[in-house]
Amino acid sequence: MTERYDVAVIGGGPAGMAAACSAYENGAEKIIVIERDREPGGILNQCIHSGFGLHYFKEELTGPEYAGRFEEMLGKTGARLMLDTMVLKVTQNREIHMMNPREGYSVISAGAVVLAMGCRERTRGAIGIPGTRPSGVFTAGAAQRYVNIEGFMVGRRAVILGSGDIGLIMARRLTLEGAEVLACIEIMPYSNGLARNIVQCLEDYGIPLYLSHTITEIMGKNRVEAVKVQRVDESLKPIPGTEMIFNCDTVLLSVGLIPENELTKEAGIKIDPRTKGPFVFENMETSAAGIFACGNVVHVHDLVDFVTAESKKAGEAAAKYAINGNSAAFNSDSKAIINGENIAYTVPQSIRTGNADKFAEVFFRVKRVFGDSAIEIKDGEKLLKSYKRQHMAPGEMERIIIPGDILLSASGSLTISAKEDEKL
Amino acid sequence: MKKLELERKKTDENGVSAVKELVCIMCPRGCRLKVDESKDYAVTGNACPRGAEYGRKEVTNPTRVVTSTVKVEGAVHARCPVKTDRDIPRPLVRKAVALLDGVVLKAPVRRGDKVVSDILGTGASFIATRNMEASE
Repeated sequence: MTERYDVAVIGGGPAGMAAACSAYENGAEKIIVIERDREPGGILNQCIHSGFGLHYFKEELTGPEYAGRFEEMLGKTGARLMLDTMVLKVTQNREIHMMNPREGYSVISAGAVVLAMGCRERTRGAIGIPGTRPSGVFTAGAAQRYVNIEGFMVGRRAVILGSGDIGLIMARRLTLEGAEVLACIEIMPYSNGLARNIVQCLEDYGIPLYLSHTITEIMGKNRVEAVKVQRVDESLKPIPGTEMIFNCDTVLLSVGLIPENELTKEAGIKIDPRTKGPFVFENMETSAAGIFACGNVVHVHDLVDFVTAESKKAGEAAAKYAINGNSAAFNSDSKAIINGENIAYTVPQSIRTGNADKFAEVFFRVKRVFGDSAIEIKDGEKLLKSYKRQHMAPGEMERIIIPGDILLSASGSLTISAKEDEKL
Repeated sequence: MKKLELERKKTDENGVSAVKELVCIMCPRGCRLKVDESKDYAVTGNACPRGAEYGRKEVTNPTRVVTSTVKVEGAVHARCPVKTDRDIPRPLVRKAVALLDGVVLKAPVRRGDKVVSDILGTGASFIATRNMEASE
């Protein structure tokens, strides 16, 4: 006999815990959260810096504090937290195959499933840096785990490639632990990290940020000995004659995160090549009925608070699905969101009007930096609504609310685009 | 980040100290603030009161909340994360972190437990930011 749950959540990080709490608040009784690590909390456990929770808890918390609060809330729901357990397979009829050292191989079934597996880091292999292959090259998150949880220092003189938030945070962390951080190197003409992290992690410690530069060679036999850095042109190609050598023993890579969707793909769930996460509807339901997704497995978020908000939405929808089965809204008229000019991706990718009679939230990223600008929603050539912004950047997720009447008035699809404000 | 280059620009065209531009670090929103020294450090561009306070403080007496880790024995992990329970003056950050060298906690640790009291006479303390159960 396979054990039956109302809602099964895969992943016990911030997304999974929030989804489980929300499923409970919305009437699901038998809930399970399956986590591969020995403790819940996911990546928050190693994010010891502060800056979490300002939206959701209205106070500034560190990662472990944010995780701790959710662990306590989850504890009160009576949900089963299954640790040290690896999910091997999810099927479209909502069976979950998993394995752990205590119970071996087991299969459960669920009324609704929430995918909350998070994301992983891009590696040296993903960006193909030339050079030798010495030790001392780490992804920033791996270094963060070594330093903050395992208690190992990763090096003495470091260069950071990429200006993602984890790289910036680690620049400060290594400096405070006594290492010298020589530079942060970013291939784009702008930083992908939050402005606050540029200020308090680099500028506070006098660490230079080289925009439009990249590492073109890693040198060293056994351990990293130096890196070669070059300026890049507009097509991101290294410019000859701009070489700089940094003598260092460590390179940290903060070059992007990829949603972790092996289970999703194997289940035959539709993936959006832009987000590399599952295609989702307005309530975070995937292309498979009764299977929902939330957090960084869908798209990489800037803030855990936004992960929490999205996951609560998914948990609520999962509970409703588990209790009521397929709702009328599932089959209601859907409006595809088309990415117009300067839009890198949107979440959701489609909105079913039966679930969005009052309004629908759309999250997206722009492709480049904007000053005074406008976001436009169009039905074909017809402008339905525009939103003003003073500043937009690819590193900062944007959010708009589309009123229900505008959604209903659109003929088939909605196009979202961004442009400079013409009045200036 | 073009706007960041303007940060800490101290003078106007006449070389007179006037408006400082900076990015608010109170939350991840990162508001672009302007602080006018000639108008008693009046702050504009902030989306919330925390930004006004930050802008004023950042040009008069910059402070930071500091996070780090300390050694812990008898727990599943080797390190316990800590933070200052309030912000401390920015010039004291490195000295404050140095106080954590040699501190060894014993599991169990509770979130909020004091790790170092009265950091460098500031009245702030380092506190643990997570529970660490004793491992068998």
